[in-house]
Amino acid sequence: MPSALINVPAKAKRGDIIEIKTLMSHIMETGYRHMASGEIVPRDIITSFTCRYNGSEIFRADLFPAIAANPFIAFFTTATASGKFEFEWIGDNGFSETASASITVE
Amino acid sequence: MRLAGTIVAALLLADAAGATEIPTAERRSGYSFMTPETQTIQDDETANPGLLWALDGEALWKRKAGTADKACADCHGDASTSMKGIAAHYPAFDKALGHPVDLGQRINLCRTDHQKASPLAYESRDLLALTALVARQSQGAAIETGSDPQLEPFIAKGRELFMQRQGQLNLGCANCHDDNWDKRLAGSAITQAHPTGYPQYRLEWQSLGSLQRRLRACITGVRAQAYDYGAPELVELELYLMSRARGMPIEAPAVRP
Repeated sequence: MPSALINVPAKAKRGDIIEIKTLMSHIMETGYRHMASGEIVPRDIITSFTCRYNGSEIFRADLFPAIAANPFIAFFTTATASGKFEFEWIGDNGFSETASASITVE
Repeated sequence: MRLAGTIVAALLLADAAGATEIPTAERRSGYSFMTPETQTIQDDETANPGLLWALDGEALWKRKAGTADKACADCHGDASTSMKGIAAHYPAFDKALGHPVDLGQRINLCRTDHQKASPLAYESRDLLALTALVARQSQGAAIETGSDPQLEPFIAKGRELFMQRQGQLNLGCANCHDDNWDKRLAGSAITQAHPTGYPQYRLEWQSLGSLQRRLRACITGVRAQAYDYGAPELVELELYLMSRARGMPIEAPAVRP
């Protein structure tokens, strides 16, 4: 039941620079830790994050074991047209989550 | 040797000064000891990871559980109205049990008594999620824990535990949190130990955690044997700490370093 928190301004003027903030629920287990029995705790991380704005990719990030649990990713873009932001997180063990947010550009 | 002597002298001095309780006007939330960056994480509704648990809690609130096949929402309705201000009274006295219970224990009592479901494990994601959801509804409300006169003997026990030196380091909670809260320990602010934001997200834990987890970490830190989760001593400590923070606003889910 992974949950995400997304913050995209509901409205913007054309040409405005807007901030997009995302928070995804994930343990980000590094794969470097050991259990009491000596076995390695298997790596379980998000490996990739993508944001599309009306279908075209505007932001992508690769994630690595050193990134903290519940990754918070914030970035800026220019509001060009009304439409939809689509977010996608992909990770180990078939982890795949999506979220979306709409914006009205005047 | 000289260093050791100085430390012993300092501790003796601290003892001589006595564990003086912090005057009401000088009480400060752990929030005020944090860097502006960490404060921003707590304040920003999309950056505070504690809210991920509250979101999970909302889903659990509506999910039926146990042989009674009831969800929390079936009795309590919408958490945002029915649970408003509730966490500000916890730990609270339970008449049937004859002792105080904390918010997590109350949720589990509801599960076993009314939902006829198995209790959730301490520090499990589900219990923290439900606790976060309930506690969040009291955000900004003043802590009222301890106003019930039946709690008095338990608060007194909690206070005794707070003052009592223990462990290989022979330290009581008060030696740091009453006497030295304006100083630092290994670079970190000591703080006044007002539990205003539990369950809270600690960057160190990379997770949400309960006040009992925090207390156990501190007890282990003075190299004493920590009480088990759910032990009456931990609840009494929670109760004492919440009652001495009476009047301070709830921040749950708070973020701490």
